[in-house]
Amino acid sequence: MESKILKIVDLNAGYYNNHVLKNVSFDIHEKKITAIMGPSGCGKSTLIRCINRIHEMTEGAYVNGKILLRGKNIFDMEATDVRRKIGMVFQRPNPFPNMTIYDNVIAGYILTGVKLSRSEKDEIVEDSLRKAFLWDEVKDFLKKRGTFLSGGQQQRLCIARALAMKPEVLLLDEPTSALDPRATFMIEELLLELKKEITIVLVTHNMSQAARISDYTAFMYLGELVEFGPTNRVFTTPKNPKTEEYLTGKFG
Amino acid sequence: MKRKIFDKLFKGFVILLTLLSVAPLLLILFMIVKNGITVINWSFFVKLPAPPGNAGGGVLNSIVGTFELIVLAVAFAIPPGILTGVYLSERRSRFSNVIRTIVNTLQGLPSIVVGIIAYLWVVRPLGGFSALSGGFALSLMMLPVVIKSTEETLKLIPYSLKEASFALGANYGRTLFKVILPSGMGGIISGVVIGISRIAGETAPLLFTAFGNPFLNVNPFKPVDALPLLIFNYAMSPYKSWHEIAWGASLVLVVFVLLLNFVAKMAGEKWKVRF
Amino acid sequence: MRGDRWLKVLLRASGAGTAPLALSILITLIFGSLPAIKKFGLHFLSSSVWNPVTDHFGLLPFLMGTILTSILALLLSFPFSMAISIFLGVYHPEGPLSKIISYLTDLLAGIPSVIYGFWGLVFLVPLMRKLELSLGIPPYGVGILTASIVLSIMIIPYTASLSREILKMVPSEIVEASYSLGATTTETILKVILPYAKSGILAGIFLSLGRAIGETMAVTMVIGNSNTLPSSLFAPGNTMASVIANEFTEATRSIHLSSLIYIALWLFVLTLLVNLAGNIIVTRMEVIGEKKNL
Repeated sequence: MESKILKIVDLNAGYYNNHVLKNVSFDIHEKKITAIMGPSGCGKSTLIRCINRIHEMTEGAYVNGKILLRGKNIFDMEATDVRRKIGMVFQRPNPFPNMTIYDNVIAGYILTGVKLSRSEKDEIVEDSLRKAFLWDEVKDFLKKRGTFLSGGQQQRLCIARALAMKPEVLLLDEPTSALDPRATFMIEELLLELKKEITIVLVTHNMSQAARISDYTAFMYLGELVEFGPTNRVFTTPKNPKTEEYLTGKFG
Repeated sequence: MKRKIFDKLFKGFVILLTLLSVAPLLLILFMIVKNGITVINWSFFVKLPAPPGNAGGGVLNSIVGTFELIVLAVAFAIPPGILTGVYLSERRSRFSNVIRTIVNTLQGLPSIVVGIIAYLWVVRPLGGFSALSGGFALSLMMLPVVIKSTEETLKLIPYSLKEASFALGANYGRTLFKVILPSGMGGIISGVVIGISRIAGETAPLLFTAFGNPFLNVNPFKPVDALPLLIFNYAMSPYKSWHEIAWGASLVLVVFVLLLNFVAKMAGEKWKVRF
Repeated sequence: MRGDRWLKVLLRASGAGTAPLALSILITLIFGSLPAIKKFGLHFLSSSVWNPVTDHFGLLPFLMGTILTSILALLLSFPFSMAISIFLGVYHPEGPLSKIISYLTDLLAGIPSVIYGFWGLVFLVPLMRKLELSLGIPPYGVGILTASIVLSIMIIPYTASLSREILKMVPSEIVEASYSLGATTTETILKVILPYAKSGILAGIFLSLGRAIGETMAVTMVIGNSNTLPSSLFAPGNTMASVIANEFTEATRSIHLSSLIYIALWLFVLTLLVNLAGNIIVTRMEVIGEKKNL
């Protein structure tokens, strides 16, 4: 029996009069990759932005419902604590341009005011960069600013930055949509390696990506969760006709 | 054919007018350098003014005074200027649009009016002319420049950076001080330096605040001289030797202002952060 | 999180703080002018007598001086600043020549106004005196026209850099369309680019006017400081700013001081209106520009 690390219960969210998420409920399994799919505007990004509680930073945003992290509602916790336990990687790589590669990796500690010793820092930087498959490429430039890196390298730096906080869950919002196929392949390999240790939630509009690497798939349409189940099952025998239409390219 | 000739004529006319408008500048610069360079020597920088009619003397008092006024103005203008700039860069609401209009209004305030305000707010309560009141007047002139350059710089910083910081669990304060402000450092510094270059040559706000002082003074509660004040007073005097000193002071002031503009450009380039 | 709240309050407060700052400037000016307002009221605006000995004070000579010098300066500088902006915006948008010219105009903007005044005093005033002698009018040298000329040189870079930005905003599609129809460069400038940019240029004119109205030192040094209505363009006069600069520290009687502050109040209102007009045009253009991008 697998344990369920996150339970999303009756989640509703949106901006002003725009009701984006409607009564979304499903569970996320620990140390698995869950893909969230759907046509653009279906609310998949909003959903994972709720899990990291970054959604509510936007002007006019609202959210209600529950998201339980190991049984505890994240909306009852301090938002900054939630974000440290649940890391997030965005669509476009966004390393901090004012910081060196080294500082970018430990940015989470710098930004939350956690003091680390020299050796702790070195260890976290090397460990995180190794996990992000980036160590060998940047180990000689750690004290340089990361802006000369390629898009794929920058995105892996952002993953390393999220991993450095030792999160329990890693959220990725279309992390490869701005990258070329080679860089995409590398990140997919990386995610498969990472799921041995942490839970991954991946928003993607790329069906084959979801099919390749995810264990579970959630399919969303117009703000509602239309279908959720093991990826194999969802792709081979979809229960909902909308899912089938999407998978066969009828819309989206 | 006629059209082609007209085309050529018009272009020639535009070029002629362009060159003509650059001419007075070259003339002014030429006169400043030609008349200024002859009086500038070591003692010009380290001596106090000589009495009228006596040759020699320097402008140490007004150089020191100008620096003192700039330091005071920067100290008064930077904290509220940067904070307001940060606030305005955050979001566009009806309220912030009102503030923006007010900042524009402050920027359009005639310098002589600023002088009167500083006189009524600082000189009168303190009971006399002072460097402090002059610094305050100059800070009023500098404030809108700092606000605007901070706002413009920070607006260019992509929202994704802020988001990345929040997603790591940072609060607003650390996001501001560790991510946003460092990324905009170049622009903010160059804005401050441009602000300094604007106020370094201001005279009108100092007429009834810093007032002028033929002696060396660093006490902020006493009147001080400043290079532009000295140029004004000496230029309006009938003495030829004072005119010469005024040319020298003009050269020093122009070089200083141009240097500041150069530094501002360099600062913008050097700390420019690519996104 | 508590610190965060304080920080946000601080930011908001300093932003909001500009409002009371501007308001107290206005209130201070009104309070300072109260004695003069009580004594002269709106008659102040139409009275052309300014006599500190008899305590008669009126704004008209200085209002006329300000309007004459700034309008004249605008008219004198307009062809030149338009030429610079066409030169830099159309003929030579890039390259070393444009760099030199734009660098020089920047320099022109950076020179302190007191130095312009000094230069005017030493170079322009004797020249004007010669001109006046040859015309057979009293050779003051200083006067309304001299001040306008100095002022016009000072605002050239300001108007030029504003209208150059405006010309750059003209979309290249419509310029190319004009060329493709066989128009010459001149025809394109006169019939396509300038009409397209006209409201921007108008905004630039208003903003430059705001500057000219408030300019103090250079004008004070060459206008002749006469507190009577100027009889001709060659006659000495005073502007609202220059009379304050001249008399403020010498005003021993409180009604004199208050009248000077009253002038400052009108100067404030005048520049406010002119700048507001310029800013409204600019904002409206930005809105139109944004809509076009959609």
